[in-house]
Amino acid sequence: MRKSFSWNELLITGLIKVSGYSAILFVGLILFFLLREGLPTLGEVPLSEVFSKRWYPIEDYFGILPLLGGSLIVTLGATMIAVPIGISTAIFISEIAPRWAREILKPLIELLAGLPSVVLGFLGVLIFTSLLRRALNLPTGLTAFTGSFLLGGIAIPTIVSVAEDALDAVPRSYRDGALALGATKWQTIWRVTLPAARSGVLTAIMLGIGRAIGETMAVMMVTGNAPVLPVRLSMLFSPVRTMTATIAAEMGEVASGSVHFHVLFLIGIILFLISLIVNVIASAVVFRQRKRSERILS
Amino acid sequence: MLHLMITTIIALMKILHWLITAGATLALVGCAVQSTTPGAGIQQSESAYIENKGSDTIVNLALAWAERYQQLHPEVRISVTGGGSGTGIAALINGTVDIANASRKIKPEEVEKAEANGTQPVEFVISRDAIAIIVNKNNPVERLTLQQISDIYSGKINNWRELGGEDRPIVRLSRETNSGTHVYFLEEVLRLGQADNKTLFSTDTLLLPSSEGISAEIRDNPNAIGYDGLGYVTPDLKMLAVASNERGEYVLPSAETVNNDTYPIARDLYMYSNGQPGGELKRYLEWISSREAQQIVEDLGFVPINPQ
Repeated sequence: MRKSFSWNELLITGLIKVSGYSAILFVGLILFFLLREGLPTLGEVPLSEVFSKRWYPIEDYFGILPLLGGSLIVTLGATMIAVPIGISTAIFISEIAPRWAREILKPLIELLAGLPSVVLGFLGVLIFTSLLRRALNLPTGLTAFTGSFLLGGIAIPTIVSVAEDALDAVPRSYRDGALALGATKWQTIWRVTLPAARSGVLTAIMLGIGRAIGETMAVMMVTGNAPVLPVRLSMLFSPVRTMTATIAAEMGEVASGSVHFHVLFLIGIILFLISLIVNVIASAVVFRQRKRSERILS
Repeated sequence: MLHLMITTIIALMKILHWLITAGATLALVGCAVQSTTPGAGIQQSESAYIENKGSDTIVNLALAWAERYQQLHPEVRISVTGGGSGTGIAALINGTVDIANASRKIKPEEVEKAEANGTQPVEFVISRDAIAIIVNKNNPVERLTLQQISDIYSGKINNWRELGGEDRPIVRLSRETNSGTHVYFLEEVLRLGQADNKTLFSTDTLLLPSSEGISAEIRDNPNAIGYDGLGYVTPDLKMLAVASNERGEYVLPSAETVNNDTYPIARDLYMYSNGQPGGELKRYLEWISSREAQQIVEDLGFVPINPQ
């Protein structure tokens, strides 16, 4: 055993370990700085004011409800667009499309995932806002829905790519078994393949939502950034201001250490918590799923 | 195992630290070399490095001036940065810049702070700027009073019909809250210059991150109204004539109407220096009010201070 000891190996395993643990370290540091800069808000602004409906920081109105609502409604809209389209595209590529089509489609969609969001935002401002305003006779095309549409477009490649991998990983024998029992192709997909790949598909959806809620540039360009609290679903078609756009637009000029600065970090904490919750729910569902299948198999 | 991890982390940090310090030293050496080379020639004359920072409205103008001036006087180096009027004045108070650009007058509290810090801000009016009220080409409305504009932006007027236009909802566009133009508009138009007036923008006002965002939306949308510096208004947008009250005269913004004080939404743009400037700084500030420099003002769409 002593012979096989080599400095090279020690160095390499060490490096790999460090990069693995550093992820934890970095998340910890990010959380620490967010808390350090954001928590003072609670002493400076009463909580009732933080959760009020007016956001106008240069006159000391720090109500973040409209921003929270804006982010949620845009993300909800994006999910409603991206999940059905993304999953069905993945099913088509993995289960239905002939081999040559799959070999063209998959790389193309992965290429789409690399498209910078600011480019999409540009297209959105120049073409989509105007089309939407005319088509639905809205006062303006800069709405939450425009943001949802673009975010949907940004999330779809992620969802398709991950979900397709998950579907592809389902053993061929499952499909053969289902077909042998007399199931139609659709029944096989819907009752066997998709449930078998459920955890991967769910991960795909969560990654998609994660990309959507954190996206900034495209959203800032097309949602109009009016801090109005969306109370009805119909307000999907009016302007909103998201949390990410607020941070991006206001961080540049705010005096460091001021109340406004701290409130912006508080918004950062909330974004952090939201993505944490999304991830926890996702892994909880996946975990439960696995335990159940293990129970059945044993 | 843990011990190994910690030692590895420490070793890596040491390497990182070394790399960073080495990098920084190299960069510093680079800077030093750069700044001594042109400095060597002017050692016998005066310090010829001017640091210039502040308003984003002025930054293009200040850059154009700096470029031209450096062509005329190759021994002078001028660096221009934006960041906003407040940022520029703060830097002047802290003594890190020679000139602060501001699209608003310095506030009394800022003067106090400066004096406490041993600096004496001296004001120079370098140019004037009008804020144009802009709408879509197809909007039949031609003119508004300041009161009407205030009522539009505070949310009291919501349809163009109330202003003699078509039956369309009004979509209000504004710059983001960090813009000096936003603050000026809030104080002088929305609150009509009354210090005790606490009117706010209607919450459904769209806050767009750039002048171009406002222009693009107005070009496309006949419901929209917006405001922007005269220098940013392109011919495919329609400017409205503005009167300070109902009995007053409705005036379109232009260099002429700003200079004879008939257009009501006009402001001065300023530079502040620390104490009475001397040497090269004084020459630069004098050059700025020269005809050549003011021609650049006009070329960029601002309003020169001495038109003839």
